[in-house]
Amino acid sequence: MKTLLWIQGLTCNGNTHSLLNAENPSFYDIFSKIKLLFHPAISSDEDLIKIIKDITQNKISLTFLVVEGSITKNKSFCRVGDFSIAEIIDQLKDKAEFIIAVGNCASFGNIPALYKENTNVVGLQYIFTEKKGLLPPNFKTKSGYPVINISGCPIHPAWFMQTILALYYEKPLILDAFNRPKEIYMYLPHDGCIRNEYFEWKEESEEFGHKEGCLFYNLGCKGPLTHAPCNKILWNRTSSKTRAGMPCLGCTEFNFPLRENYFETKKNIGIPEEVPLGVSKRAYITISGVAKSLRNERVKKKLEETD
Amino acid sequence: MKVSKISKEQKKEEIVKTACKLFAKNGYYNTTIPDIAEALGMSVGNLYNYFKSKEELAKYIMQYSSKLLGEEIRNINEMDLPTKEKIFLLVKRFIEIAEENPELIDYFLRVFLSNREVFSKGCEGFLCVQEVVTEIMLFLEEGVKKGDLRNQDLFTAFVTIMGPLGGLVFLKGENILMDNPLKYSEELAENIWRALKA
Ligand code: SF4
Ligand code: SF4
Repeated sequence: MKTLLWIQGLTCNGNTHSLLNAENPSFYDIFSKIKLLFHPAISSDEDLIKIIKDITQNKISLTFLVVEGSITKNKSFCRVGDFSIAEIIDQLKDKAEFIIAVGNCASFGNIPALYKENTNVVGLQYIFTEKKGLLPPNFKTKSGYPVINISGCPIHPAWFMQTILALYYEKPLILDAFNRPKEIYMYLPHDGCIRNEYFEWKEESEEFGHKEGCLFYNLGCKGPLTHAPCNKILWNRTSSKTRAGMPCLGCTEFNFPLRENYFETKKNIGIPEEVPLGVSKRAYITISGVAKSLRNERVKKKLEETD
Repeated sequence: MKVSKISKEQKKEEIVKTACKLFAKNGYYNTTIPDIAEALGMSVGNLYNYFKSKEELAKYIMQYSSKLLGEEIRNINEMDLPTKEKIFLLVKRFIEIAEENPELIDYFLRVFLSNREVFSKGCEGFLCVQEVVTEIMLFLEEGVKKGDLRNQDLFTAFVTIMGPLGGLVFLKGENILMDNPLKYSEELAENIWRALKA
């Protein structure tokens, strides 16, 4: 039977909460196929240190090593028994078939990596954009994959389940430039956002939670600049930030916590400093100008008042 | 095929220049397609092969000028120079172009700005002058991003550049300037720079 060990570094437990919300397969379904060796929030009788020892001594084979939270060598910030989280990973890294970083912290360091008090906080293989995480840049697990990053703050449970299932059934995974599964991260929240019509005609929301308007220009929406399928795989099968009128914060990106103001689009002379992926600033300005001059009357009204 | 296509473009250019002069001199409504055809030495019917209506020709002239000027500004935008130097270049190039193509500027001032009803459909807002506007916007955006220019509303910054340029060529058109317009270029650029800098 394939096995899974979930360990935690510096984390808020957000990805664990997501895991418990999984459907198709659910948490219970997946762990009837895969033996869960240990999960810090769920396991009560198991002895983690003994499990780790059994793995290092090849008494237990480890298929999936799942890491939640950022990594530090400093024991006063995070420890498992007598070891730092970095030491635990060091012991297990060559034993696991796959290492999966769940969440932005394990992937890129994220918010904990901004601590001033501990400057030694990293992701498993990355620290933000740089491949200077705990494990070396060319590190690969037994299966030949680098650390597989499932980024997000937190992840959507389906992103995790899809990845685990693909690997379980030995399907090849294509990874993007930040080692995230393409199948999931090739979409943008902008794809499938119900506000696309407003984006197209440059009709902007001024307030959160309104049904009308796009959140890009005034409210800082990162949907067109973020890799995540949030409007394709909805949250709780129901909605997404942008559907509800809350701008996307870009939580799946390596630079997520480096932004300064999440609810504002940085503009120079009224022009957004960052424009949607795939288009040059020149083209963006031209197309925005044209869209604005053409005035679409429908998007200027309250939805209830439209024909 | 290719040869005739190029010559069609050249012919269009010739029509633009002549029509532009007549429109600017006699006004949009006082100039007829037969007038333009006559000045070009071509038949009215043939002129309609190039432009379906006077209105279409009027709009095309704006698009033509916008492309011409837009390309020049784009060249400056793409240069690796400090913002201040770019402003000096921009002002100089604008005045030079106005000197080289006085009819285009006259047309802008006397037809485009004065007969808005002709341009209200299909040429409204920035539609026909998109290239110039885009390049000026990019120019300003980059200047602000670099920290050289003050972050402000686009429209105030935009008219701070374009207003003085239009003003100078207007004075030249009215024969009021004492000197060749290029003589004023440095000082005008200095004014624009001081008004916009961070
Ligand atoms: S709200 Fe955001 S994701 Fe939705 S259309 Fe606007 S920019 Fe795109
Ligand atoms: S919409 Fe944006 S911020 Fe929200 S979960 Fe998706 S990627 Fe993260």
